[in-house]
Amino acid sequence: MLEVQDLSMRFGGLLAVDGVHLDVQNHEIVSVIGPNGAGKTTVFNCVSGFYKPTGGKILFEGKEVQGKPDYKISRLGMVRTFQHVRLFGQMSVVENLLVAQHRHLNTNLLSGLLKTPDYRSREKRSLDKAAYWLERVGLLELANREAGNLAYGQQRRLEIARCMVTEPKLLMLDEPAAGLNPAETNDLNQLIMSLKEDYNVSVLLIEHDMSLVMDISDRITVINQGRPLASGTPDDVRQNDDVIKAYLGEA
Amino acid sequence: MQDLLYFSQQLVNGLTIGSAYALIAIGYTMVYGIIGMINFAHGEIYMIGAYTALIAITGLATLGVAWLPVILLVALICAVIVSSSMGWAVERVAYRPVRGRHRLIPLISAIGMSIFLQNYVHLAQGSRNIGFPALIDGSFRFGAPESFQLSLSYMQITIFITTLICMTLLSLFISRSRIGRACRAVSQDLGMANLLGIDTNRIISATFVIGASLAAVAGLLLGMYYGSVDPLFGFIAGLKAFTAAVLGGIGSIPGAMLGGLILGVSESMTSGYLSGEYKDVVSFSLLILILLFKPTGLLGKPEVEKI
Amino acid sequence: MATHNLKHALFCAIVTVVIAYPILGLDLVAQGTQIGLEGATPTTIISIFLAAGIVFLFQLFRDNIMGNLGKLPKLNPLSGREPMPAEKRAKVEAWVLTAIIVLALFWPFVVSRGSVDLATLVLIYIMLALGLNVVVGLAGLLDLGYVAFYAVGAYTFALLYQYFGFTFWMALPVGALLAATFGMVLGFPVLRLRGDYLAIVTLGFGEIIRILLNNWTAVTGGPNGIGGIPDPTLFGMEFGRRVKGEGNTSFHETFGIAYSGEHKVIFLYLIALVLAVITALVIRRLMRMPVGRAWEALREDEIAARSLGLSRTAVKLSAFTIGAFFAGFAGTVFASKQGFISPESFVFLESAIILAIVVLGGMGSQIGVILAAIAVTILPELAREFSDFRMLVFGAAMVLMMVWRPQGLMPMRRIPISLKRQE
Repeated sequence: MLEVQDLSMRFGGLLAVDGVHLDVQNHEIVSVIGPNGAGKTTVFNCVSGFYKPTGGKILFEGKEVQGKPDYKISRLGMVRTFQHVRLFGQMSVVENLLVAQHRHLNTNLLSGLLKTPDYRSREKRSLDKAAYWLERVGLLELANREAGNLAYGQQRRLEIARCMVTEPKLLMLDEPAAGLNPAETNDLNQLIMSLKEDYNVSVLLIEHDMSLVMDISDRITVINQGRPLASGTPDDVRQNDDVIKAYLGEA
Repeated sequence: MQDLLYFSQQLVNGLTIGSAYALIAIGYTMVYGIIGMINFAHGEIYMIGAYTALIAITGLATLGVAWLPVILLVALICAVIVSSSMGWAVERVAYRPVRGRHRLIPLISAIGMSIFLQNYVHLAQGSRNIGFPALIDGSFRFGAPESFQLSLSYMQITIFITTLICMTLLSLFISRSRIGRACRAVSQDLGMANLLGIDTNRIISATFVIGASLAAVAGLLLGMYYGSVDPLFGFIAGLKAFTAAVLGGIGSIPGAMLGGLILGVSESMTSGYLSGEYKDVVSFSLLILILLFKPTGLLGKPEVEKI
Repeated sequence: MATHNLKHALFCAIVTVVIAYPILGLDLVAQGTQIGLEGATPTTIISIFLAAGIVFLFQLFRDNIMGNLGKLPKLNPLSGREPMPAEKRAKVEAWVLTAIIVLALFWPFVVSRGSVDLATLVLIYIMLALGLNVVVGLAGLLDLGYVAFYAVGAYTFALLYQYFGFTFWMALPVGALLAATFGMVLGFPVLRLRGDYLAIVTLGFGEIIRILLNNWTAVTGGPNGIGGIPDPTLFGMEFGRRVKGEGNTSFHETFGIAYSGEHKVIFLYLIALVLAVITALVIRRLMRMPVGRAWEALREDEIAARSLGLSRTAVKLSAFTIGAFFAGFAGTVFASKQGFISPESFVFLESAIILAIVVLGGMGSQIGVILAAIAVTILPELAREFSDFRMLVFGAAMVLMMVWRPQGLMPMRRIPISLKRQE
């Protein structure tokens, strides 16, 4: 589904990412791990189109997407969350989900102004979908609350729900467990598993804490200082000497 | 020969105006460099400097003081004191309380301040333009007397020299003094400077005071050069100086100087070869083109979007 | 009391005198060809020192004052009441609004001509402010050259009339669409700029358009402007004493009533009222449509919006274009109301006034913006002495609002969306 080949990204004199390979198959959870500052988020920003990579290829469903603008990549079905939650803070919870569905709603202005039947039925569908996902992440009661006023864990779940209403093929999560307590982290892992099992979404996950992703990942890629270090099943990675030296050893 | 003289005349005029723009532009660029906001009221600070200088000159004339150096020095000191106090007060009242909020909020506050100051002077001193006495008269002339003569007035020379002195002092201040070094630290990383024990509030105040002082110097110089002031005196000049700052790369002090000179020359060339009416159009177009194609300006540093 | 506080208070008081005394206390006056200096009245001098004294005392006891202010109970009369349920509230609002509109329809027949004229101006400002509210309040794009689109609307009508004999009704859609086109063409290159740069660039555009209007004398009449712009007609009936247009009849003769200059004023008012109501309703509808939500999403977090597939340029451009469209609307009405336009009417100050209306009313809030437009336009007329201080007060109010209440006097309220549970 997603294939990243020899990706590199240079900021001025700094080579933040150098020769990273990645691939995500259908129906798979892949994690990218590495210590802080290893270049994980930069990889993410390149894949999601926020940065133009300075080298390498990114293929999504066989088509080259590197250097495409971010919103176009998102429209292809790769949607991401952010390390520091980015919600539309002054908008209500349900509005956050409606914004995400704009493409499924985007009929012309006139039909909206005149409230044609077609427009109404589309609007109803998107409201239903929003309600469904709010219930799924346990935020239905808070639908009309201001998103910025939610508790941190709720904001994280809302951000994931907001991605899911766009019906992505690949969901990219940037340190989704950051700032969550163990119980919340556990819930989150179950949610991620269920996204894969029940909704057939592939997941690409960034995490700096390796233990969090061992249980749910099908495969793991480790990067360190911008360079790929190891990759394979959780067990492979756990036993990889380089990884133990560079990463687990120090922790 | 004629054409060359005419061209040189435009060049001289442009460099004169341009160096004064550069003085004003420093205020924009330093404030932007430190707190990332456009100090929209800076043009008004410059206008108030010009008014204060005129008031001081008139006052001295009433008292019978006639020795030019004394008049200029006193006018300069008065203008600097009043403008820098104004700059300090504006930051305290309108900017500090909104620092760190959504980007539009400080900007709207600054626009409000600009409107307020314009009308403050308008109400106190009337809306008519008031003649500014030409204290520095005379000029050097080049070229045959019966044809076009290049004139380099003493006023223009004064503007060049004063700007040069101010810029040298500023550079020395920034590079050598304790406050200057702190200024650079704060513009690199405000939060970090705070952690290192630098009193960032004081540094920000100092930035406003320095910018306002230079604007006051420009107010005195351009007041004499143009020969009159009015409450709207600062608005267009402020926009021009901001353009100069953006042109050179906002946040960069040498950039502001370079931007001022380029802007001044391109304006006077427009006046000289097209029409004076369109010189503002040219500077605004220049601003728009720079922002579109090279938003970091000529000497600015690129910004990486943080995600 | 710490000496630090005393020093600071003294310093603030001195600064107050320094920035107030030269400008306020010494007046430059023309004496023949020379200028002289005159001291201001004793009242002014006393007020300056009084102000310095107040600043001194405030800074000296600042901590105590601020501490006590925090302890005061909130003086909000509404906070004690039980909030109305959302649906009931919406119903009450709808009734109140209908009542106001009906009242506004009959009101011009009982008041003086001058009041109706002023009310028309208020309605024009309401249209402008509602349009700018889309750009600034909803999409979060600070447009300081908004008046340019107003000018495009007005000049479109004036020029189309002058060269092609267009009537008001033909020019109205053309003016609005042309303003919208201008918005799109000007907006396209500049909208990827960051917020504060955008503000300056739009300001530059506004000035460029004004300078061009001022200097393109052959077409626009330059600073002399264009006069003789006709009034709107009602199904071919004119409101003047004598009929000017070919094939038109006159209003008073058709209905067999005596000619009165008031008919025209009232008719124009009614047109402005209808257009303002349309503006408000259309924008209200847009706010609840995907495009409206996209505007707000982009204002709230541009990066998140992009990550969800919103095209930054398309969303911003739509806000810019729609804002410009309504400014064009307002411009056409303005040209017809004045009968004469010149670049004087489209200076930066106008943009600033409209922005002040949006900021005071509450960015994004329609009712707030409408009330602010009424207040800002009518207050200077009610108190003539106040009109000199108008811009001074607006400027100060903008600063104070940003410091204390950036959401405006009547902040935008979110409309709850009811979600039915899945069956």
